[in-house]
Amino acid sequence: MSEQERRTEPYEIPEEMKSQVAVTTLDKIYNWGRSNSVWPMMFGLACCAIEMIATAASRYDFSRFGMEVMRPSPRQADVMIVSGTVTKKMIPTIVRLYNQMPEPKYVIAMGACACGGGPFKEGYTVVSGVDRFIPVDVYIVGCPPTPQSLLNGLITLQKKMEQESIATSRWYSKAPSQPIPIPVLGPDLMDPRKFDLIRQQSAAKKAAQTADGEVENE
Amino acid sequence: MSDLQTQTLVPQLDTIFPDWVRPDDRAGYQGYIVETEHLLAVAKALRDTYGYDLLSSVTGVDYLPEGKLEVVYHVFRTTGGPIFVYKVQVPRDNPVVPSLVPLYPGAELQEREAYDLLGIRFEGHPDLRRILTWEGFAGHPLRKDWHEPYFEEEAKPYKSRWPEGQVRRAEDLNPFADNVDYPAGFDPESLVPDADDTLYKTLFRVQQAQHPEIKTDAIVVNLGPQHPSTHGVFRMVALLEGEKILDLKPVMGYLHRNHEKIAERNTFLQNMPFTDRLDYIASMSNNFAYALAVEKLMGVQPPERAEYIRVIMAELTRIVSHFIAVGFLLNDLGAFFTPSLYGIKERELIVDIFEMVSGSRMMCNYFRFGGLARDMSPEAVQKTKELVNDRLPRKIDEFDRYLTENEIVRQRCEGVGVLTPEDAIALSATGPVLRASGVPYDVRRAEPYSIYDRFEFDVAYGLHGDIYDRYLVRMEEMRQSVRILKQALRDLPEGPIMTGKPAYQVRVPAGESYGRVEGPKGELGFYLVSNGKPNPWRYHVRAPTFINLTSLAPMSRGGKVADVVAILGSIDIVLGEVDR
Repeated sequence: MSEQERRTEPYEIPEEMKSQVAVTTLDKIYNWGRSNSVWPMMFGLACCAIEMIATAASRYDFSRFGMEVMRPSPRQADVMIVSGTVTKKMIPTIVRLYNQMPEPKYVIAMGACACGGGPFKEGYTVVSGVDRFIPVDVYIVGCPPTPQSLLNGLITLQKKMEQESIATSRWYSKAPSQPIPIPVLGPDLMDPRKFDLIRQQSAAKKAAQTADGEVENE
Repeated sequence: MSDLQTQTLVPQLDTIFPDWVRPDDRAGYQGYIVETEHLLAVAKALRDTYGYDLLSSVTGVDYLPEGKLEVVYHVFRTTGGPIFVYKVQVPRDNPVVPSLVPLYPGAELQEREAYDLLGIRFEGHPDLRRILTWEGFAGHPLRKDWHEPYFEEEAKPYKSRWPEGQVRRAEDLNPFADNVDYPAGFDPESLVPDADDTLYKTLFRVQQAQHPEIKTDAIVVNLGPQHPSTHGVFRMVALLEGEKILDLKPVMGYLHRNHEKIAERNTFLQNMPFTDRLDYIASMSNNFAYALAVEKLMGVQPPERAEYIRVIMAELTRIVSHFIAVGFLLNDLGAFFTPSLYGIKERELIVDIFEMVSGSRMMCNYFRFGGLARDMSPEAVQKTKELVNDRLPRKIDEFDRYLTENEIVRQRCEGVGVLTPEDAIALSATGPVLRASGVPYDVRRAEPYSIYDRFEFDVAYGLHGDIYDRYLVRMEEMRQSVRILKQALRDLPEGPIMTGKPAYQVRVPAGESYGRVEGPKGELGFYLVSNGKPNPWRYHVRAPTFINLTSLAPMSRGGKVADVVAILGSIDIVLGEVDR
């Protein structure tokens, strides 16, 4: 049995319609449509944004893959390309933008800084990778990644989308998706999910300091 | 002394003000140290009598061993000539310095930065708030005894990260396993975050001053940090009455990635790739300024061929930057993306050359102290020649034909965002913003560095100081860059590209230096202090777009909110450099 025959076997397609009808699964057609019109959010953070613009421009032209519609509003975007260094001052905005994006939503961490802090990781206001706060689908390495590697990352995202299924996708499940708590800027960046840890560690630090002070006084 | 002499000779401050000023006699240092209480009087005399009308840079240095903080002022004359340095010294535990904002309004953002990062309080500053970090941030990060959460050692190179073969990451040393640190005994729930209250308060002060007798409602509009017109993560908070701008505050720091703190841990050479990421559209210019500053300290000169290649790269960078600037200015005017596409097309061809010579499209990391990392291959020279002699002049003319006489461009740009020459100088504007206001000041001409004194070129300048003139200045500068490139490519000699042997660790004698170049966006300066160790003691970047942003609010006041976007586009900011 050839490949063609096996695929069409369970369905009786009349001879005159054979060249016009294709049989496929719902998932496939759904993903085919989605993955070929991924609208990125127009959102540049740092150096990588310049290469992202270069990828959108005439030489590399990511509209060939259905991605030319850069949306300035998160409400209309499918994918957020985090293109550059994520700082503590910026991360509340990024989390808020991510929460505002409608499901299904994807995140691409473009460049070393967005993946893990990059060359500026040791800095005092740099977040060690955007994945500390929002889930990342595709990581693209490089400082900055060339347009080719950004295209490769976007195609990887398309492949990931093609493997998803309506039956198991989280955005069709009954429970609403929970927004990510927005970090707070205090004496340093505070993740609301880690308040207990912060309190414990600060108390421990104070205890250690008073103990040190007593030793010195003696 | 005649007026002309006082206006052109370098004043001997210690003989003019013997009681207030003493020369800075530390080995390797220049300039004068002024008594703190007489700073305003000396600065005023320098500005009014001796013609030092533009305050280029204000920064601080933390001399921890001596227990002093020093504020360093660089001033120059817009008629040309070398830069002049004076300093004040204050104790570390009570650093109060009179603010120079009444004399030079251009000091406003820079003094705020020195307050934010070093904790120097400027008395008389109209709006002394944090600028790069946020209100409530713990400590002043550039002080030498302030340690970041991932602190490992005072200076690089660090000891092995793999003690006995065990991989160790920065996170493993931190109790939170993250890049955070909190004061002892801190309770996160009791904290009330500032949430921009301080910022809005300063704006509403303006509103009340406008109409003290009647109660009017002005609205505050936030543009950014996620906004398509802000060229990155920049935020403008505008106070509006209808569509008219009453006041505007720039808010920055959303890309503050601690360039200076990291650089003071790095060795001198390790900083070279970091300079690429300042103004990431013009990385070669940044390399150039940093190399000049370190070479000044080391006292080395690059060989002839290296000098020519440096000029070629710097001018190509200028063309890239101006193409992008003009393209995105049109973006802001509403011609969405098409003019930028024309600019980016030429950029691609130029970054191809960068990739050929340095191996990278954007982050070139190409300059070394006393030369270059690699030679320029004959193919690269050939390609540059073809581009410069044929394609670029045609494409600049094409841009010109499409845009310069365009009805909409002229309507939106002419007479909008006007900056008078007096204001431009007072606000410390440099680069195309200053020149468009009718002050033909170009570092390449005023204090020629490298081999710029050998080339024939004109300094482009405008007369009206509006957006349109800034656009015209950029177009003309691209033509002049092509002119310089043609001469440099014609005269490019053969020979070595490096003085001495390439080394990972350079020996930099103790002292201070200020290297500056005319970057595409203005005067880019590096202020370095070395104490003879492998790492710089102080590393400060005089970022042109950061300081040009001081003039954003004066230019926007009284205008319409839609014009602000175009005015910002005409300053041509790059956030990597603004926030560092």
